[in-house]
Amino acid sequence: MTAIPVGPPRRLVELTIDGQTTRVPEGTTVLEACRSLGIDTPTLCYLENLTPVNVCRVCVVEVEGARVLAPACSRKAEAGMVIQTDSERVRLSRKLVLELLASSVDVSLAPASPGYLERYQADPDRFGDAATVAQPPKIDNDLYVRDYSRCILCYKCVEACGVDAQNTFAIAVAGRGFDAHISTEFDVPLTESACVYCGNCIGVCPTGALMFRSEHDMREHGTWDETQQTTVDTICPYCGVGCTLELHVQDNEIVNVTSPLDHSVTSGHLCIKGRFGWQFVQNRPSP
Amino acid sequence: MDLHPIDAAPTPEERAAIDLVLGLATSGWEGGERRPELDGHVAYGGTEQARSRRHLLLPALHAVSDRVGWISRGALGYVSQRLSIPPAEAYGVASFYAMLSMQERPRTLVHVCDDIACRANGAEDLCAAMERTDLGPAAAWTRSPCLGLCEAAPAALIQRSGSNHGDPWPAVGKATAETLRDALTTNPSPPATFVKRNVAPSLLRRVGKVDPTSLDEYRAHGGYQALRVAVGLGPEGVTREVKDSKLLGRGGAAFPTGLKWEAVAKQPVRPHYFVCNADESEPGTFKDRVLTEGDPFALIESLTIAGYATGSDQGYVYLRGEYPLAHERLRHAIEQCRARGFLGDDVMGEGFAFDVELRRGAGAYIAGEETALFNSIEGFRPEPRNKPPFPVERGLFGKPTGINNVETLMNVLEILRIGGAAYARIGTPDSTGVRLFCLSGCVERPGLYEVEFGTSLRELLALAGGVRGGRPILAVLLGGAAGTFVTPDELDLRLTFEDTRAAGAALGSGVVMVFDDSVNLGDILLRIARFFRDESCGQCVPCRVGTVRQEEALHRLAAANGSRDRELLLLTEVGQAMRDASICGLGQTASGAILSAITKLGAFGGAR
Amino acid sequence: MLWGSNARETHPIFFHHVLKGVRAGARLFVVDPRRTASAQWADVWLGLDVGADIALANAVAREILHAGLENRAFIERATTGLDAYAACVEPYTLERAERETGVPAAAIRELAHSFARADRAQICWTLGITEHHNAVDNVLALINLALLTGHVGRYGSGLNPLRGQNNVQGGGDMGAIPNKLPGFQDIEKDATARAKFDAAWGVAVPPTYGWHLSDMFAGMERGELTHLYVIGENPAQSEADAHRALALLGGLEQLVVQDIFLTKTAAMADVVLPATATWCEAEGTVTSSERRVQRVRKALEPPGQARDDILIICDLARRLGHDWGDVSAEQAWNELRSLSPMHAGMSYRRLEELGGIHWPCYDEQHPGEQFLHSRLWAEDPAARGTLAPFSVVEQEPPVDELTPEFPIRLTTGRRLDSFNTGVQTAGYRSPMRRGESLDLSPEDGERYGVADGEVVRARSRRGSVEVPIRFDESLRPGLAFMTLHFGDDVMTNLLTIDATDPKSGTAEFKATAIRIEKLPATVGA
Repeated sequence: MTAIPVGPPRRLVELTIDGQTTRVPEGTTVLEACRSLGIDTPTLCYLENLTPVNVCRVCVVEVEGARVLAPACSRKAEAGMVIQTDSERVRLSRKLVLELLASSVDVSLAPASPGYLERYQADPDRFGDAATVAQPPKIDNDLYVRDYSRCILCYKCVEACGVDAQNTFAIAVAGRGFDAHISTEFDVPLTESACVYCGNCIGVCPTGALMFRSEHDMREHGTWDETQQTTVDTICPYCGVGCTLELHVQDNEIVNVTSPLDHSVTSGHLCIKGRFGWQFVQNRPSP
Repeated sequence: MDLHPIDAAPTPEERAAIDLVLGLATSGWEGGERRPELDGHVAYGGTEQARSRRHLLLPALHAVSDRVGWISRGALGYVSQRLSIPPAEAYGVASFYAMLSMQERPRTLVHVCDDIACRANGAEDLCAAMERTDLGPAAAWTRSPCLGLCEAAPAALIQRSGSNHGDPWPAVGKATAETLRDALTTNPSPPATFVKRNVAPSLLRRVGKVDPTSLDEYRAHGGYQALRVAVGLGPEGVTREVKDSKLLGRGGAAFPTGLKWEAVAKQPVRPHYFVCNADESEPGTFKDRVLTEGDPFALIESLTIAGYATGSDQGYVYLRGEYPLAHERLRHAIEQCRARGFLGDDVMGEGFAFDVELRRGAGAYIAGEETALFNSIEGFRPEPRNKPPFPVERGLFGKPTGINNVETLMNVLEILRIGGAAYARIGTPDSTGVRLFCLSGCVERPGLYEVEFGTSLRELLALAGGVRGGRPILAVLLGGAAGTFVTPDELDLRLTFEDTRAAGAALGSGVVMVFDDSVNLGDILLRIARFFRDESCGQCVPCRVGTVRQEEALHRLAAANGSRDRELLLLTEVGQAMRDASICGLGQTASGAILSAITKLGAFGGAR
Repeated sequence: MLWGSNARETHPIFFHHVLKGVRAGARLFVVDPRRTASAQWADVWLGLDVGADIALANAVAREILHAGLENRAFIERATTGLDAYAACVEPYTLERAERETGVPAAAIRELAHSFARADRAQICWTLGITEHHNAVDNVLALINLALLTGHVGRYGSGLNPLRGQNNVQGGGDMGAIPNKLPGFQDIEKDATARAKFDAAWGVAVPPTYGWHLSDMFAGMERGELTHLYVIGENPAQSEADAHRALALLGGLEQLVVQDIFLTKTAAMADVVLPATATWCEAEGTVTSSERRVQRVRKALEPPGQARDDILIICDLARRLGHDWGDVSAEQAWNELRSLSPMHAGMSYRRLEELGGIHWPCYDEQHPGEQFLHSRLWAEDPAARGTLAPFSVVEQEPPVDELTPEFPIRLTTGRRLDSFNTGVQTAGYRSPMRRGESLDLSPEDGERYGVADGEVVRARSRRGSVEVPIRFDESLRPGLAFMTLHFGDDVMTNLLTIDATDPKSGTAEFKATAIRIEKLPATVGA
């Protein structure tokens, strides 16, 4: 057996969440601690394979003794912490975050959205005739559609394009305030940018703002039907690295490709060939 | 990095401006001339090298903007290539700052302040006059948030590009469309700030009396005696004095300065940094400008003492981009101090090293938030970081960092001069020492006032000659846009940390802005709301969208459009979510002044 | 150290892991004639001349020895032949290496010292090392460096050939190489293993090594090989010196091609057997570069008459008089497990549960090995086993010499969005794809009087193609680059040379001498 170095053992810290006492390894986030207790904490900008940016603030919790609420996704558990995840303050902030987002962004394709809105009794319409980020989708290439009217500015795509995975840095956040937006340099089309079409931004987008052209076109044609889709894991044919592909199949056609976030080779990330290079198995002559 | 280059070349002028900051490129790969024989066989680089140069981004962007007035594709591309920064990231940084333009514009830009203090002094009339004024093809004007010239309202700043070593951009006080047009071709002298000190230990003792460009003059008036005392005490001794003085930070958070220094000094990770936050941008605040312009050597000396006490051998001063004169004075002072051994490897021959780097902001209120300020220096977007970890643990470049604003630091000179215990006897037990207040708005003598803690608001107003023209007071804004309104009934409030806290207000950055009954309070509130909307970095949802929803609700209230109760509930809830769930102080305070005006002053027609 | 590998484009997800290391403070050296996307991430890029790898490697070794940075303890415990090796590298001074590789001596020295002093270091390579007439020597030269410094057999260290397809490694594992039975059991040297297979299969396995690809073409040339069964390969386009390859394939008595496409090769075939795309229309396993065996699964019903490869082979066997029944992928795999000890512990169930297992995996309790050769560090000589030999290797320039007549060195490689001869990647619309071009430094463009985008004739000693010029600043004067992705438009392999490595049978795709000829101006166009 070959020796593989392991880190020093982590100490356990004890904290109380919603009245339940729990012990978690030092360095565990409050979110992880909540999940280990089965406390369902909403998240939008958080994803297991990315560095938490804690910008959406929908996961905030109340830490006893703290002046303001803390984001569960990035706040580390500390010994003796007493945390409320469902206090009035927490519920109000979560409700407002959801209302503010849903009143300014089209969240209709965000899978988590309807459940969250209902859970916190959010009423996005109460702001009346409010400013939104509505804009036409950007369709400048055959593989991606970028519909920033659906963008909640969670930074995930920037992280996936940047140091957390792809290190291509084709996109960044530009501008500021309500005008802050995901952008290439000088907002040039993707085809003039550094983009290498790995699709890792699509892989992490929680709202459908970034979408495969294939999915977008099927939605346009009304043929997209997730209830008719199956997923099969296989290995990418294109090099020897061994990336797991999740093939999403509808009517014997691959319609999307993803990779499992917990796969030790990919951490959910692929390259252009793995993500989009499957078309050759279904470029069939029409019957 | 395998960067995708921007398909545009810099002009020779842009390239020269950038090379002046970054030095000449060392290889063709870095943007210099291609030398195929050598470059074709070897290249040095790597992420570590790129990381170590990233902090030069903002200085390089400033250099281009100063030279040609805007950031072209070619210029941004060249900066990106020189520093190995992805163009999209460089664009993300450049597009954040209000003073940098990504579109070509006239080489002279007049920033006309239409913020609250200037509004109370005719800023809208000035803007209307500017609309009618022909500035010629080489100049344009734009509205600006507070320029830190509130005592000279209405004020303007003339941003010029072209030469690299010109005079500082002129600031114009009591501006009219005519004086501004004339200022395009002349160099008007800076407005003189009325300064009144009412105390014995004084931060203002040299301001206006001692030549701020002369190190010798500074020394002849007590300069560098505090550092001499500090060296005698040793680093722990200095921190002990500061702790004994019970000095609290003057930037708004009122954190005990001695504890902060001690925490930095104790960190085992090296190096340590010490940063002077001179990015004061709170509407109504101008004290740090006056101190820096008037006594730049004192700033350097106090920063040196802070570095000595905390084991930091590199200091930074991050100065507002809107303070060109302060920048020039400080730049000159740092040069003098280096030349004379007051900065460098062996400060005053005392065997410790300390140097100061001067950085300029570029028009972003949020960059005054300490962690956003670090990001700005490091060459990233000035978005605040989540805390913890706190700067004392992980600050600038991820290293333990002390950070204080100008006023806080300068207090240390007085503390060492008279001793921490003696300093603590001034003021009240919980608010020791002296405090600078920026009086503006509708007072007889707007200016900078230095008083002992414990002085009441009424006494302070009396020092300034009361309300202009003896009119009735409508309200006083304490602490700036991030502060709170107090009513005419509250003038006996003692201006201490504890008294204001008990009254549900805060001293903040020392703003005392007076509004008389001629002022339209709703208009002021709308401007405050616009300020926060404009200055939100956009990172977190409560602030990014909340500041917009807040402004929209105020507009509906101003138009008496819809249900007032509904709007109030909305403002209260949005305000609470911003206060509770925003990442940083901007969002957390963005609703305070507005809600206080509505609840306490009955703004928009509510009952008082 | 990436040596002859542009992993950023050819193994992008592997490169993610490299970048994680780089972000965590690892130093990256890239040795490549071109300053590739990978090289742009390097702390130091060493842009050696094409085919000068051994001069560089030997100079690195000499510098390590002269600086006293070799790992004496490891060398004494685990290796043989140091003296001969040291004598061999002695003439390779830094100055000589600078002369022969073009890389400044200081950079070579830095590489030597960094590599030797590193706590852990890896050498990864791809076809830049192996597509040479002395491919095996190139590999041995890199192995020497790992042995010299002890960077092998320990966690985080080692030698990594990055495989270009999802089952190159698996093909070898399964015995699809001329000298090994499945599980790398040697046909000639391991009689016991052969006997095991004889017994299991009920047939005597021929006791001699077979032919590799280049041997086969030589066999065709001699008229000894007259019938060819090609499965999933496109030699009509992928072979160097395509004129010769096409002539030999055309001269066969019978050509059978089993493929998912009607490739150029299939188009020449007497019989075409349409097969399934194994990665999405069939069940089975593949082995990655890191020896991880993983499952591929059927997601789609194959089109038309396409059939699973296993079933085609079973049918073929039936026609030849052996009825194996209809074998499932798992049945075939379980037979392998019974014959190949290093696969014995890998049941389908375990592969599923663990998301793949690294061989060797000897039984169902074995977790698989994360890295190989740790035995070399064993205190006990018995556990250490056969010692690792240093190899004496000398620099030899590429076969296709540069002369005034053919002054430009053409090298070949892949681009991010395309794959090999392009039959698969042509199926999707990549926004980055711009077709074949002859990439050239702007200086050479000026020197030969050709413009960016101009179509020229590129000619080698074997053939010529018409191809548009594209200026690429990552190339130095005298170096040109093409891919093999667009054979239908530009048959790059009409230029390349089939000088092959005698041990591996790989052709020297990486080093062709060409010249550029301007085309006569077309009237009115």
